[in-house]
Amino acid sequence: MSSETKQILTTDGIPLEVSLKKAEKKNKIKAFLLVAPLLLFLIITYIFPIGEMLFRSVDDRMVTNMLPKTFKAMEKWDGKELPPEEVFEAFYLDYKFLVEEKTFGKLATQLNYEKNGFKSILKKLQRKMKKFEQGNYKEQIMNVHKRWANVEYWRAIKRRAPDITYSKYLKAMDMYENEDGKISQVSEDRRVHRILWLRTLEIAFFVTILCFLMAYPIAHLLATLPMKYSNLLMICVLLPFWTSLLVRTASWMILLQQQGIVNDFFVWIGLVGEENRPEMMYNKTGTYVAMTQILLPFMVLPLYSVMKTISPSLMRAGKSLGGTPFVAFWKVYFPLTIPGIGAGCLLVFILAIGYYITPALVGGASGTLISNQIAFHMKSTLDWSFASAMGLMLLTGVLVIYWIYNKLVGVDNIKLG
Amino acid sequence: MSKNSEFVKFDKVDKSYDGKVLVVKDLNLDISEGEFITMLGPSGSGKTTCLMMLAGFETPTNGEIYLDSNPISNIPPHKRGIGMVFQNYALFPHMTVYENLAFPLKVRKVSKDEIDKKVDKALSMVSLTGFENRMPGQLSGGQQQRVAVARALVFDPAVVLMDEPLGALDKNLRESMQYEIKHIHESIGVTVVYVTHDQGEALTMSNRIAVFNDGKVQQLSSPDKLYEEPVNSFVAEFIGENNTFQGEVSDISDGKCKVKLKEGEIVANPINVKSKGDKTTVSIRPERALINPPQKMDNNYKGKIEEVIYHGDHTRVRLNVLGNPEFILKVPNSSQNIDIKLGNTINISWNSTDARALDPK
Repeated sequence: MSSETKQILTTDGIPLEVSLKKAEKKNKIKAFLLVAPLLLFLIITYIFPIGEMLFRSVDDRMVTNMLPKTFKAMEKWDGKELPPEEVFEAFYLDYKFLVEEKTFGKLATQLNYEKNGFKSILKKLQRKMKKFEQGNYKEQIMNVHKRWANVEYWRAIKRRAPDITYSKYLKAMDMYENEDGKISQVSEDRRVHRILWLRTLEIAFFVTILCFLMAYPIAHLLATLPMKYSNLLMICVLLPFWTSLLVRTASWMILLQQQGIVNDFFVWIGLVGEENRPEMMYNKTGTYVAMTQILLPFMVLPLYSVMKTISPSLMRAGKSLGGTPFVAFWKVYFPLTIPGIGAGCLLVFILAIGYYITPALVGGASGTLISNQIAFHMKSTLDWSFASAMGLMLLTGVLVIYWIYNKLVGVDNIKLG
Repeated sequence: MSKNSEFVKFDKVDKSYDGKVLVVKDLNLDISEGEFITMLGPSGSGKTTCLMMLAGFETPTNGEIYLDSNPISNIPPHKRGIGMVFQNYALFPHMTVYENLAFPLKVRKVSKDEIDKKVDKALSMVSLTGFENRMPGQLSGGQQQRVAVARALVFDPAVVLMDEPLGALDKNLRESMQYEIKHIHESIGVTVVYVTHDQGEALTMSNRIAVFNDGKVQQLSSPDKLYEEPVNSFVAEFIGENNTFQGEVSDISDGKCKVKLKEGEIVANPINVKSKGDKTTVSIRPERALINPPQKMDNNYKGKIEEVIYHGDHTRVRLNVLGNPEFILKVPNSSQNIDIKLGNTINISWNSTDARALDPK
């Protein structure tokens, strides 16, 4: 049998593999030390926050921790009829503790998320509780308000028992888990998120297309013009890049507003009447225009770097072999730019899908994106777990797009420069 | 049927890129059908520009180019039907060898069967049968070159242009490719216009060579004539090795002339000198000067050996003759060469017909 392959030894009799490992060890440690700061930085600033975000989006321990005895007592309750005395007693003890700690307001907020009407009955309970006598808490609590005798409210409490919840994800899709534990849609007038998701995808998609259509000729010019002119053009492409994003967006506001320069021009050339100047800002148009301009360099640069590597003799070969200029372009030049197109489109799309400042400033009501909604929940409603859930959905969306791209074109085909 | 001796014709062609400098000056060149003609010259001599004008990628500033008696200046490149092999092959990297070869046929709407047949034939011509499905990146430089040649020939063009096609190959491969291209040319009889700066390549392959310098054709003739009978000192210098003497004509008669050098005088063959007093450069090929020749020659001098370089089949000897310390002699390595030692003085001779008195440099 040939499986007895001899171990190759060095001249000193040490196995070659061992010797190699030893020799390479120092280099490996050196290489690792070189990347270690970056690795640490990435872990602290990227991987850890994303993990934290994932955790926060499903974390639901607040209520669990506030009502430990209640949930323990509820374990035996089947939820069909009103819970037994032990549950009421446990709830009374938990709530009493919260009142003493002065944190009962949070519970009211949380439970009110689950079912409207909790706030008032909890307040009332807090007031009446001082006069409670020992024993028979069920009776006493039910007497505080008739809702306490409604099994729905107790079911709502029980629903908050698990440590984790996916309700925020459902909410981001305009859905919720109803009293029977079924996933259903919120009423039509409250479906805001799905519109935002779709609008985000739509705007990102069309911004990518617009960027591509504009960037392709520019990149081609950049790659083929003589150095003298191409440098100048490159500066023109990069100049907006060097300007603050806020300044650029603000200048679009100056240009696009109803009394702005573009509208003045339209009126001046007689394209529109003085009375019906089109609204180009605080709607989708504004978002499209500003985002396309701002993201254009991200499309130009990958395309340029790929086109720069395509030898001009290829186009010449195409023509000398009998292809018309269009055929030579379509069959020879264009396929060779696909890696750049892929990289540029992916970059622009991913940036566009999470764009925030520009839509916030020029988007108005109909031009804002999902990231604006995330920011809203971060800053205004302070529902961070909801914001985290949406953030993660966005991240997942980007990863899915990346995966699809990899399946269709292959990530090896990306060339960023 | 006689072949058209003006199959490709450059008629008073000028080319300038910037309106200030002429890259090609008043070029008149006739190329006959089936000929292998090489444009040879140093870089910047205008040879590639001529090729590009013929291919249609540059337009002549003045004059006209005719292909089979039709002016082609206004015909775009893709309608000229001229095959071209580029310096760096210019194979389409995203297509297989088959697709590369099929490209010119597909755009001509040739049927699938016909394409298969022609691609097969072209590949067997460059002995690459079986490589149809390879990508150009998977081929060696020599194989890529052959694919490029096959692609330029597969659609049966009347003329094939080759722009320094062997420049990127190593020496051995380059030599074998030279023969291969030459044989392909011989077997299919296509007209080839070949551009190179490598004189060895030009001499090996061509029917005729056009030596370019400074935008002008310096000499257009067959390789042997070019080497043996250069018409001016540029050609003499550029093609092959060359020993030169600078001097002044002191006498001219009977197809011979005497040239006075700084030290001594030589008898030479007047090519570009007309009368007494003309400045001249006399050029002698290294192998035309002999040591102790058996028969008498009309130039006999003594030279001191300054350097001996062994070259395998021959030895190169640097002599100091008539005040020229750079006089090179090529001595075949045979037993006769006894006296070739550093510092020895030897007798060398040459015939005055081989010493060509050309224009001064």
